[in-house]
Amino acid sequence: MAYPNTPAPRLTDGAGSTLPLLAYLAIATVLMVADLRGGFASQARQKLSVLAEPVWWLAASPNRLFDAAREQFSTRASLQAENEQLRRELQVNASRLHRLLAVNEENQRLRELLGGTRGYRLNAQLAGIIDVDLDPSRQRIVLDAGSLQGVQVGQAMIDAGGVLGQVIEVTPRHSTALLLTDTEHAIPVQVARSGLRAIAYGTGRTDRLRLPSIPQSGDIQVGDRLVTSGIGGRFPAGFPVGVVEGLQPDETQLFVVAEARPAARLDRGVEVLLVSNAIDGLDDGPPLPEPPPAQTDAPTDATPESAADESDVDGEPGETTDPAAVAEPATPAPEPRP
Amino acid sequence: MNRGPSGWLLYGGLFCALLAMVAPLPAGFDLARPYVLAMLLCYWLLEAPDRVGLGTAFLAGLVADLVSGTLLGEQALRLVVLAFLVQRFRPRLRFFPLWQQALAVFALLLNDRLISQAIHATAGDGLLPWASWLSPLLGFALWPWLFLLLDGLRLRSRERGA
Repeated sequence: MAYPNTPAPRLTDGAGSTLPLLAYLAIATVLMVADLRGGFASQARQKLSVLAEPVWWLAASPNRLFDAAREQFSTRASLQAENEQLRRELQVNASRLHRLLAVNEENQRLRELLGGTRGYRLNAQLAGIIDVDLDPSRQRIVLDAGSLQGVQVGQAMIDAGGVLGQVIEVTPRHSTALLLTDTEHAIPVQVARSGLRAIAYGTGRTDRLRLPSIPQSGDIQVGDRLVTSGIGGRFPAGFPVGVVEGLQPDETQLFVVAEARPAARLDRGVEVLLVSNAIDGLDDGPPLPEPPPAQTDAPTDATPESAADESDVDGEPGETTDPAAVAEPATPAPEPRP
Repeated sequence: MNRGPSGWLLYGGLFCALLAMVAPLPAGFDLARPYVLAMLLCYWLLEAPDRVGLGTAFLAGLVADLVSGTLLGEQALRLVVLAFLVQRFRPRLRFFPLWQQALAVFALLLNDRLISQAIHATAGDGLLPWASWLSPLLGFALWPWLFLLLDGLRLRSRERGA
């Protein structure tokens, strides 16, 4: 019945559908390039990701139900044991925290002594990891906090072990974070023992970081701890990143390539902390910007008068060097921060 | 044959395929996740060509890109290519015995992986992990069951409608 008239449309179909195919391929290619280059497509994607939220929510719900059920049915004894253990951990951590607070105060006092004007305070926020698997060839995770909860692009993400990654995309209720070990990720680090600075690149494997281009003379050993150096301002300084596991010379034999194991528990973990450097008050920086008007005023005043009065000229340079003298100890002041 | 499948079955199925794309699996298995969305599209392209075409494939791909966080347009491109191939060979594919059809779907999914690899290499991401090449194999194993399931559902919904 349908047989006699099917071949004819099929033939025209086959002949005609090459053009739509090419059109669709072209659109898709344009979109991909635009997304890759961070053009309009990546912005559109940011906006449209809202559409994906219900899917993520639904996909994660079996796990949520399972967790809820386990909480319902977990026995009193196991709850008590867990409670006990958590209390012990809390005590240990509280004592550590007290010591750290004391150190922090001392640090702040020393900084004030140095004349640094910036006080840093760490903003931290807890966020849960939603149990969905994104495209496995890139290492990203979805968090259950978004712009409504104050999450911003660029916030660093840590867990109990150390740095986990950073937030790269924010929708109202969710955000996407790039893990430390993604091939597109790099983080400035410092060897905790020697202070040697390097950059740790992701390798695409969850248990490996790569630190290329370390000079042969660099003081780095297997077993060294790596912490964030804070350079670049994106990651707060001092968080553990990983442990050096191997050192090899690179192809040119001029540099050393180090391999490190991330300190964060990248493959397990339910919650993460989002941290960012918040600057207390206005960031007025080193007091350099203020003197220039006085300085520029001073020479203009000084030049006509310099011929007239010698002592006045002596006075003015004294004033101009004064801010410089203040500025000199002040400029290193922001440096110890990273 | 005069009435297409119900919209619920068609779009609900595609939505479930999206869920299957991001549903959590144990680490390691997620690389070999079968591409259910492509297989569903393949089925509907075979059985309801007047409802599903290149446009549906493209849109489904875009949504899948948003949901799974791939490059915007990547899956759209892959699915459009797949849809085109299925449309081209539809008269032959439809009357294949089931196992032969599964082989053809395997070839389609393998081709899809190759395209994805090409896109990744072009974007500078290098090689896909080896486990991701298992995904077409799983698709091959899954196809007969998916086909029978969808056929059953479609027939039942048609009976109910009639």
